[in-house]
Amino acid sequence: MPDKNDILDLYFMDARCKLIDIAAFLDRIDRHQGSPDFRYQAFLKAMDAMLEQKGSSRAQAVLESLSDHSIEPAQKAGIQFAYGAPGKE
Amino acid sequence: MKYIEPHAHMVSRTTDDYQSMAIAGCEVICEPAFWAGYDRSSAQGFYDYYRQLTDYEPKRSAKFGIKHYCWLCINPKEAEDAGFAREVMAIIPEFLDAPTVLGIGEIGLNKNTVSELTIFEEHVDLAKKHDLPILVHTPHLEDKLKGTRLIIDALKNAGVDPARVIIDHVEEHTAGMVLDAGFWAGMTLYPESKCTLPRAIDILENFGMENIWMNSACDWGVSDPLAVPKCMQEMKKRQHTEQNIRKAVYDNPVRFLSQSSNFSI
Repeated sequence: MPDKNDILDLYFMDARCKLIDIAAFLDRIDRHQGSPDFRYQAFLKAMDAMLEQKGSSRAQAVLESLSDHSIEPAQKAGIQFAYGAPGKE
Repeated sequence: MKYIEPHAHMVSRTTDDYQSMAIAGCEVICEPAFWAGYDRSSAQGFYDYYRQLTDYEPKRSAKFGIKHYCWLCINPKEAEDAGFAREVMAIIPEFLDAPTVLGIGEIGLNKNTVSELTIFEEHVDLAKKHDLPILVHTPHLEDKLKGTRLIIDALKNAGVDPARVIIDHVEEHTAGMVLDAGFWAGMTLYPESKCTLPRAIDILENFGMENIWMNSACDWGVSDPLAVPKCMQEMKKRQHTEQNIRKAVYDNPVRFLSQSSNFSI
């Protein structure tokens, strides 16, 4: 099986590109007018979850950070789609 | 290497996609019933849709040497109106004798509502009554974790054999709970909203090669009907053996699907 350097060989350039894309996305939000909605803070929180790495998986930490953790089924669906982050009433 | 596409919505794809999949080595396509991209206006709309799944798509697929099977249900997005959903579910038994029907699916949840959960449970009862396997859709994005938990609890309460249920669209935060509960897990290779190819391979490496498959779930959205053979290539780059690759894309799907009396290869 591949070692760490094999994985870097396979994925470093792609991950680097995605990291720059994330940075540019945050710059873009800063540059535009208005106040960002709940998704912005959720995104920053997910980044913190990734960097804190509680547990064995950063990917799992990010997904859990971006998840609805309520337990009870909702009474009704106001919408059919999902936002990508919890917290929109 | 031949492969099986266990979850593709070919009603939304052109015939060119069948040709491409055949060239890439696809032997079997399984198509769950799903949302049309809009809410159908009557139960009769579903009747015609089931005709397409059980009659036309197998014929279209056969022209390229691919066997086509289907699953039947009313999808979670249209299950919010329980009365309408029951009207549609009353139609399903008429189609269960069709030779390419595998079971009930893709049932599940969308926004995790009371009505969706009730209709999900009624579908599970229908599957039990007809001794059919079940294919489950888990919700998108922020709703997936909660929905997967509700689905697992409902399936446990129904007393279904977990080995006859595949819970699809798992990601890193739901794969473990699905597999630990004894269910099969499906990974969906779908841009932006589900797994990428490298992450799907990570999940295989972290959670093991048993009771798991991968699919493209290609549909109306930007999606890739060749995602599975592309992931096979990615597995080769990651130095997975041919045996491992074949297990993920052929042997495992055959093992699960063979639980349906209509499946043959």
